[in-house]
Amino acid sequence: MRRITAFVLLAVSILFLGSCSQESAEVDTNLRLLYWQAPSTLNPYLSSGTKDIEAASIVIEPLAHYDANAKKVPILATRIPTVENGDIAEDYRSITWHLRQDIVWSDGTQLTSADVVFSWRYCTHEEAGCTGKDSFRDVEQVVAVDDYTVRIDFTKPAPFPFGPFVGSVSPVLQYQQFKDCLGLRAQECTEANFYPIGTGPFIVEEFKANDTVRYRANPHYREEGKPFFQIVTIKGGGDAASAARAVLQTGEFDYAWNLQVEPEVLENMRNAGKGEVLTAFGSQVERIMVNQTNEDPSLDADTRSVYLDGNNAHPFLSDINVRRALSLAIDRQILVDIGYGVAGQPTCNVIPLPEQYVSTNNEDCKTQNIDEANRILEEAGWVKGSDGVRAKDGVRLSVLYQTSTNSVRQGTQSLIKGMWQEIGVETELRNIDAAVFFGGDPGSPDTLQKFFADVQMYTNNFEGNDPSNYVEGWQCGNVPDPENQWVGPNISRGCSEEFDSLLDTLSETFDADERVAIIKQLNDIVVQNVWEIPLIHRARVSAKSNTLKGFELNGWDSELWTIAEWYREE
Amino acid sequence: MLKYLSKRLFFAIPTLIVISFVLFALLDLAPNDPTGNLPQTIPQEVREEIRESLGLNKPFHIRYFKWMQQFFVNEPLNLIEEVTGLEIGDSDSRLRVRSWLTRSPVVDLIIERLPQTLWVVGLSYIVGIMIALPIGVISAYKQYSWFDQIGTFISMVGFSVPTFFTGLVMIIIFSVTLSWFPSTYDTTHVVKDLPSFWFQVKQMAMPVMVLAFYNAAQLSRFMRASVLENLNLDYVRTARAKGLRDRSILLKHILRNSMLPVITMIALGVPTIFTGAIITEQVFRVNGIGQLLITGIQSADIPLVQSLSFLFAVLIVTFNLLADVIYGILDPRIRYE
Repeated sequence: MRRITAFVLLAVSILFLGSCSQESAEVDTNLRLLYWQAPSTLNPYLSSGTKDIEAASIVIEPLAHYDANAKKVPILATRIPTVENGDIAEDYRSITWHLRQDIVWSDGTQLTSADVVFSWRYCTHEEAGCTGKDSFRDVEQVVAVDDYTVRIDFTKPAPFPFGPFVGSVSPVLQYQQFKDCLGLRAQECTEANFYPIGTGPFIVEEFKANDTVRYRANPHYREEGKPFFQIVTIKGGGDAASAARAVLQTGEFDYAWNLQVEPEVLENMRNAGKGEVLTAFGSQVERIMVNQTNEDPSLDADTRSVYLDGNNAHPFLSDINVRRALSLAIDRQILVDIGYGVAGQPTCNVIPLPEQYVSTNNEDCKTQNIDEANRILEEAGWVKGSDGVRAKDGVRLSVLYQTSTNSVRQGTQSLIKGMWQEIGVETELRNIDAAVFFGGDPGSPDTLQKFFADVQMYTNNFEGNDPSNYVEGWQCGNVPDPENQWVGPNISRGCSEEFDSLLDTLSETFDADERVAIIKQLNDIVVQNVWEIPLIHRARVSAKSNTLKGFELNGWDSELWTIAEWYREE
Repeated sequence: MLKYLSKRLFFAIPTLIVISFVLFALLDLAPNDPTGNLPQTIPQEVREEIRESLGLNKPFHIRYFKWMQQFFVNEPLNLIEEVTGLEIGDSDSRLRVRSWLTRSPVVDLIIERLPQTLWVVGLSYIVGIMIALPIGVISAYKQYSWFDQIGTFISMVGFSVPTFFTGLVMIIIFSVTLSWFPSTYDTTHVVKDLPSFWFQVKQMAMPVMVLAFYNAAQLSRFMRASVLENLNLDYVRTARAKGLRDRSILLKHILRNSMLPVITMIALGVPTIFTGAIITEQVFRVNGIGQLLITGIQSADIPLVQSLSFLFAVLIVTFNLLADVIYGILDPRIRYE
């Protein structure tokens, strides 16, 4: 017994000695990143979430990136194709990329156009289940003109030909490594998926799926003397709040990703003075979708929330006055102050950025106006009953409001419920597990596509810096219904001829300024018809240590896009 | 005894098959979807293709039998090959159980995570037992003394305060304020010399203590009750009458008898070492089996969750059987016929 006590005492004392003797004069060249959602694979084409794409982005690269201002920057290409420099065909049916000739893969072999062509073939194989496939929308073929020139042909004129190989969602894979991994075999190439050979500043050294990735500097990296860091570790697991703590309070990590944490919690941690909180705005907008179809639970499966060419209108949300009143009653600033802090701003548009696309016609929504909302409802014949809820012809303004399970969203829900109560609208709240709500499984009644509720809230955005594909979502033909297995991006089931014909004009317009003007109008139609109620323009929030320099957060591409430039200054 | 054992083993097989079916059916009925965590910008058509590539669109029974074949035939064959280096049949085209999240074999994922789970959860179990047994014995022997009162209070606290709370409190005290221990566990750390061993000790300290506290609280109450029960029995009085010293009565006679049910308890608890500690692993980012399971559940990774929970079922059935056998060996009064 005495011997055990002595041993324990010894162990404890050595432990303390050990903890005191960790000082070194040299600058630490280990970079420690914390992703509370751990990377599951380093092949972005097979990813199950943004975390994988980010973790892969420091190894494999696309032809061009988006910078923090949503501008395209060439990475593996010599220049950004434009019509002026002749790389985009006059008829917008093809785009030509010139590869840099000084780029080698981390195994020492040359990057050629064969790799680019292969990457297209890899992702568009019908059995591959490739996450990035939408980047190759309308691509007819990718041709290697010569070893360093690639031409991408489109099936129809593409006013925005920067889907393929721009941004970290569609990078270039090495042909040599992935050539036997086409189609269903993609899943069996574990070695290639976990240790992809890339052109980026780092090489994967050790990959533990859903846990840790260790990288070391790529000796073949194109820029002399970069990267500064020799070892990069991405650790995963835990939750957002504890990730923020590990950077801001304990200083164990240099950077933590995606910190949707209540503002006051983050503020408290920041006061420890070890790091700072960074935000970058992209195209993410938290919005309320307003169901234009009747979602009455007593309807059968082929009718509930089905558009039926406009013959199944919602009993009260089809009244524009009700929708406008719902939007007017919301105080967006309070939602930001309580749930988002620096991570959000009130917005009245579904396209919040890039700057040139932002409409200025809807700013009045930023001020809450309960009186006006009440007046509109009153005028439209919705009269308050004895229970304080407005009704007309026996139809009560009682809405079912659903969203995904997330503490910030539930906070927002209850705030809005209170605001709507003031205009005589009764609200029932419901939240659904994110994996179900966003999963889109046609067999589940709780997906956002089925929309078995009156209103629902979530964040949507568009890929890249061009909203052309995104605005197509509100076409009448894109309404999800049982016939198309509930596939289609027009979730609120809003439909107008004006919108569709304007969209036709857009597809025939190639002048950049005219396109911008049309897209702004399309945004206005969505917002002014109140198919969707934009609430908050959301930012990416990350935390970084004070010693980490050269960091620039990006709302349009991988947050690690400038990792080669990062350095440490004690 | 042998007859009893073989009978029990024989009944274990249909039990496990039923469990595997129920698990598969439950997971299949669960409404979440493997494409649920993908960015909103990915359209439904692409999601459908991803589901197709995972084989999710095949009928239920085909997927179940496919899993059975992969799990009960292909995986063991593969394991034998890896261990012995022999090649049995066409091993290249043999399909393994693959996680949908990582597209890599589930068994490899589990093996990768065993070290940290066994170290942290296993050690905490041993530490917990080492704390619990003496406290339980002393508390019973000196019933209603100060020691007993404090012991009861502490184990009540350990029993009722959840590990995510004790874990957080420890992080705030020992990582944030004192900076003694790291708040995250580095699974890539390799112990090769004394300093790296101390680092390992430091990073294990908090999760092990949190779990040990929790385990000890339960076990010490059990130990106390068991000793109390024995204290007033006739054989104790006989031993006293023979003039034996209190110490040897307690340590030789009472302890041996009161350990019987406790050892069964300990044996029944062993599977929890392998199943990991979902919450504690998450709090300290130990990323062991428990964290793997919860990641799998959150992303609807059916093959992973199915295989893991089935392995848990096997462990539980095995250790139940083992506990019965140990009981029979330790206590000659019990005979299985």
